[in-house]
Amino acid sequence: MSIFVDGNTRVLVQGITGSAGSFHAQQMLAYGTRVVAGVTPGRGGTRFERGTPIFDTVADAVRETGANASCIFVPPLHAADAILEAANAGVSLIVAITEGIPVLDMVKVKRFLQDRPGVRLLGPNCPGVITPGQCKIGIMPGHIHRPGPVGIVSRSGTLTYEAVNQLSARGLGQSTAVGIGGDPVNGTDFVDCLSRFEADPETEAIVLIGEIGGSGEEWAARYIRTNVKKPVVGFIAGRSAPPGRRMGHAGAVISGSSGTAEAKIAALREAGVVVCQSPAGIGEAMQHLLARRPARTALSGAPSSRAERRTRTAVRAASGRRAARAEGPSKL
Amino acid sequence: MRIHEYQAKELLSRFGVAVLRGRLAVTPAEAEDAAIVLGAPICAVKAQIHAGGRGKAGGVRLARGPAEVHDHAQAMLGTMLRTAQTGPEGQRVGKVYVEEGCRIERELYLGMTLDRETGRVTVMASTEGGVDIEEVAARHPERILRVAIDPLTGLQANEARRLAFALGLRGELASRFVPFATALSHAYSALDATLVEVNPLVATLEGALVALDAKIELDDNALARHPELAALRDPDEEQARESEAKEHDLSYVALSGDIACMVNGAGLAMGTMDIIQLAGGAPANFLDVGGGASEAKVAAAFKILLSDPGVRAVLVNIFGGIMKCDVIANGIVAAARQVGLALPLVVRLEGTNVELGKGILARSELDIIPADDLADAARKAVSAAREAAARAA
Repeated sequence: MSIFVDGNTRVLVQGITGSAGSFHAQQMLAYGTRVVAGVTPGRGGTRFERGTPIFDTVADAVRETGANASCIFVPPLHAADAILEAANAGVSLIVAITEGIPVLDMVKVKRFLQDRPGVRLLGPNCPGVITPGQCKIGIMPGHIHRPGPVGIVSRSGTLTYEAVNQLSARGLGQSTAVGIGGDPVNGTDFVDCLSRFEADPETEAIVLIGEIGGSGEEWAARYIRTNVKKPVVGFIAGRSAPPGRRMGHAGAVISGSSGTAEAKIAALREAGVVVCQSPAGIGEAMQHLLARRPARTALSGAPSSRAERRTRTAVRAASGRRAARAEGPSKL
Repeated sequence: MRIHEYQAKELLSRFGVAVLRGRLAVTPAEAEDAAIVLGAPICAVKAQIHAGGRGKAGGVRLARGPAEVHDHAQAMLGTMLRTAQTGPEGQRVGKVYVEEGCRIERELYLGMTLDRETGRVTVMASTEGGVDIEEVAARHPERILRVAIDPLTGLQANEARRLAFALGLRGELASRFVPFATALSHAYSALDATLVEVNPLVATLEGALVALDAKIELDDNALARHPELAALRDPDEEQARESEAKEHDLSYVALSGDIACMVNGAGLAMGTMDIIQLAGGAPANFLDVGGGASEAKVAAAFKILLSDPGVRAVLVNIFGGIMKCDVIANGIVAAARQVGLALPLVVRLEGTNVELGKGILARSELDIIPADDLADAARKAVSAAREAAARAA
């Protein structure tokens, strides 16, 4: 399965007739994603490429096609409503690509989704999610991805492609690459992805790409320390950024003394993450990290080794955090 | 987007937030007239710049009578005011706000902004008014009271009451605090703000509550639905190239180095600045040319980069997702021809339509230094900038 999406995911595209929506719906279809419907209010009854039906509402699309995921290419001032519409229709994974949604709209969306635990929002202002070879929901260039053992979670779009390119070039494919986006209020955070990667038998190692602003990386570090045994490579963008300025992403602001790259790097290193100095070094760092680990058997992820890991985890927890840090060669 | 104190007060007063009477002036004569109209025994003459710290820097002066108001205004207008928040050059004072004085019994702090941890707008209130709230947060965090506003209800009267009592307010003052705070929170929502701050919130000797200072920052993402607020923008407070970039809907931040960058995607743009620094160079700017940029937009971005006199080399790093490499390439070629490219230009393209893009650049007969990966691009740009600096020396 990898995480969030696989070959069975049925995708509808909201805003399919717009310029970004139609371009990327074509790309998704070409990749092999099961794009089963499009939604543009007023264009219901018409068809997109390869006969994909277009509907007036998300509810119609879900009822007629069984779509269970949505990709939103709706302009910023209407995008929050599009997310709410998908949630109302019971879509279980909503991928909001749109950048520039007003913050207070997202504050309300987040509140709305609190009462709808069956709905997961990814983004907004994100490139989407891809399980290579199976399903691409979003705007990432599919051709640079390969199936493989590395899970990626990132706040950036193009910086993620950079990392993927480096990994693929070294024969290190990706289980799933998830963009959580660059906005300050979003639907899925680092911890949500890390927990799933840790539980995913197809993921053997994780790349985490963060940037200045907020404390998502610090929470990730805490989570990694106690809950993640798989090796993690990280990169934090924005060491060279001045404080107090919004660096593109609405969420990329160093506010007073908090949200600096240095603090995030320190927190992640303390949790055992190998943090690269340079964005050009991510692939290499992962290659070295995987090469240094004790050889895994072909049954990696089989029940017996998971039980062994659970026992080890319980023992570690009992001996305290210091012992936990000292063990596990993958954390050096 | 930041706005001036006088603009913030005008907006807040529309929501029923109590402010003192005041008038804007751009000349000493206007300031004097303002004082006459206000007819108050004491007036404050306040420099209108976006940066804070004006009081400590002599940007807020008290005056008895119109003649003194005139003199203070004359001393401030047209000068550079340097505060702890302006940077060493300071900011030119183009306007002053003449405001009636008031008799202060106590100073409180009341502000609201997004708390990223909870994803909610949070009210912060403190008895430590009139000082830097970040200092209070650092030294006496227990003196800052917080309420996370539930978007379902907005700030509730009982929550505002709880704050009032916790601030030590009693009787009339406590009753007045509730509509003041709720009006402030309505303003925050209606204006699509990212920060609304009243510091100090003054309790006067007469028992009134009034915003002695007001600061509002607006959500850039929401300005499209508030054209009247977008019009409050003051280009004099903006760095010239950043202002120009905004006109073209480009995300640009001026820095102090000599290697200009054009990148698609904020994370990669920051990463590019970082790697330039690691390679021993200094980025001249942050620029995210965005996901769907047209050829015209790319050309405009390029021209803005080249208009920075400190730039000695340009690095274009594009990884095409939505951004197609051929569009970027056409934009670069068009801009370079329009502007006359005289600086070393390192270009690294990757992603959607990359071969098309590389072909366009190769056939353009421009003197482009191609790079295959990010590290290579950074090294070449740093090296080119150093050589240019050496030649200039």
